[in-house]
Amino acid sequence: MSLHSTEISSVKAAKAAEAEKGKDRFMIIHNGRLFALSLATLSVLFVLQFALSDYLVLALTRILIMSIFAMGYNMLMGYTGLLSLGHAMFFGFGLYAAGLSSYYFGTSLPVSFVIAIAASLVFSFVIGLLALRTEGVSFMIVTLMFAQAAYLATLYFSKITGGDQGMTLPTDARSFSLLGANFDMTSDVVRFNLAFGIFAVVLIFFFFVTQGPLGRLFTAVRENEPRTQMLGFDTYRVRLAAFTLSGTVCGLAGALYALMFGYIGSAFAGFHYSIEALLFTLVGGPGTLLGPLLGTGIMTMLIDRLSGITTAYLIIIGIILIVVNMWFPKGILGTIRERWVPWLK
Amino acid sequence: MDIAPYLLLATLEGLVQASVLMLTALGLSLVFGVMRVVNVAHGEFFMVGALIAWACGVYIPGPPAVGFVIGLVVAPLFVGGLAWFADWAVLKRINYNPEGTIVSTIGMLYIIQQFALLTFGPDARAVDAPFYYTIRTPWFGYSSYKLFIIVIALALVAGLWFMLRRSKVGLLMRATQFDKETAQNFGIPVDKVYSAVFAIGAMLAAIGGVLVVPNQQAHYLMGTDPLLLSFVVVIVGGLGSIPGTIAAAVLIGLSDGLLSVFFSPTLAKIVSTLLVAIVLVFKPQGLFSGKGARA
Repeated sequence: MSLHSTEISSVKAAKAAEAEKGKDRFMIIHNGRLFALSLATLSVLFVLQFALSDYLVLALTRILIMSIFAMGYNMLMGYTGLLSLGHAMFFGFGLYAAGLSSYYFGTSLPVSFVIAIAASLVFSFVIGLLALRTEGVSFMIVTLMFAQAAYLATLYFSKITGGDQGMTLPTDARSFSLLGANFDMTSDVVRFNLAFGIFAVVLIFFFFVTQGPLGRLFTAVRENEPRTQMLGFDTYRVRLAAFTLSGTVCGLAGALYALMFGYIGSAFAGFHYSIEALLFTLVGGPGTLLGPLLGTGIMTMLIDRLSGITTAYLIIIGIILIVVNMWFPKGILGTIRERWVPWLK
Repeated sequence: MDIAPYLLLATLEGLVQASVLMLTALGLSLVFGVMRVVNVAHGEFFMVGALIAWACGVYIPGPPAVGFVIGLVVAPLFVGGLAWFADWAVLKRINYNPEGTIVSTIGMLYIIQQFALLTFGPDARAVDAPFYYTIRTPWFGYSSYKLFIIVIALALVAGLWFMLRRSKVGLLMRATQFDKETAQNFGIPVDKVYSAVFAIGAMLAAIGGVLVVPNQQAHYLMGTDPLLLSFVVVIVGGLGSIPGTIAAAVLIGLSDGLLSVFFSPTLAKIVSTLLVAIVLVFKPQGLFSGKGARA
């Protein structure tokens, strides 16, 4: 009996020590090399704006926003192993939430942005509650169907949403002032630096999520869900957390896109955008922090070049999807991690 | 204002749509039932069938009926070959991994669709019906070709049913569906069965495409709607269950026809896609099948 109680007390002591450590866990940077690499990547991106032509800076702005979208997608598909075919729904939701509130209620851009993020959070939580009751192929089809219904809804309510034609935001929604500074959304420099700033925040945030305890739980669910369950974790809640986080960040990317470029349209909620997120993540490396950025960069530049040559440039997307899926399912960074650099997570 | 003619017209249109849908969805259902994979490129096989029917109608001289019949033979053969090739070149190499197959068939969707854009161009193209004979009702005239669609579809489904239930090939397919490993142990060439099933599934879609072309124009993006509706039918009917698929095709075809006449087609599509999602979430075995999948 006494032996038993000492055991319990020693366990308690260990737990207390653990909790003590947990307090400053956020301060400890796991995987410092990856953190250094992320910071280096960010500084290169920042410096690039002084080296590139105006056209390429604009392209890079778009790449950064689409990278946020792909990073959000990667959180679910790469880290948690849940392949969704409907993330354009979240991108489109953020896009419309931000765009419509600016358009109809005249909210200032930062307010629209925050509204869109909050709305995306609720929306992705609700969709997650439903969709996560399925798994595997059913999950893919359910997300595809929800996204298709959402896309069709933007067409059906075209009086409000502008439908296929889309809507351009009014001029007073093209600039805002915050903390005394004035931001003009028609200026390339302002747009790039805003996109860069938000990209950096999301990247650092995702670094701490993926390299911390929550990220490890996501990976545990991906690698072996029954075992994670057996270890006492409620895996439905873990998946729901990943889904909500993923959907919210994709919504954020959509909101950013709407407010930066001042245009909203149904196409952004279409099937094609879901596939782009999948493609960018697959090419760059699912389950790697910097993979989505790399994949988005490569694929966007490739599509940009090809669409100048032929109208049927999507054929290349099809070929790359098949080839990557067949021979490089781990993507560029995933393959590099496997061969040479194990800390590249 | 009498509602009966509208109702009759909507029912007829719904039945015609249900017949084409039944063929297309049976192809998808057969592939899912036996191979346990979802073919997202299924709608593109439908589209290729329709484009071939158009090409036969335009380039083959003589009355439209000749081109139509030749199209009805050539299109499934060509599309079956295409599917056989896709199975050999891609699906076999990823070992029919369910998620990998979806990603790969999305790739095929883009390749086939864009290739059609490159060769046929972006225009919608019309084909003459093989025969014109209008059946008179007290309120409106109805094209007999549309009734012919229903007859052909029923005949094909009966043929497919007979093949699955009564022939040696069907027995091999059902054995493979029931238990792949055991089937292999009994010397059934599972690999060949898979190739054949994938090709037959695509051929059914192609025939659907050929039949539909005199009613609606051929276009390189026309594969999306049949794909979506086939998904709806296959899932509502129970994945892989053929009787369920037939029942669901009639139900969805009729209700889609009715909804589209009285409401907007977009609303009808929203309702049916949401129906699929809800069925998968709350009743994944489908509305019609009891337990598990049957052939």
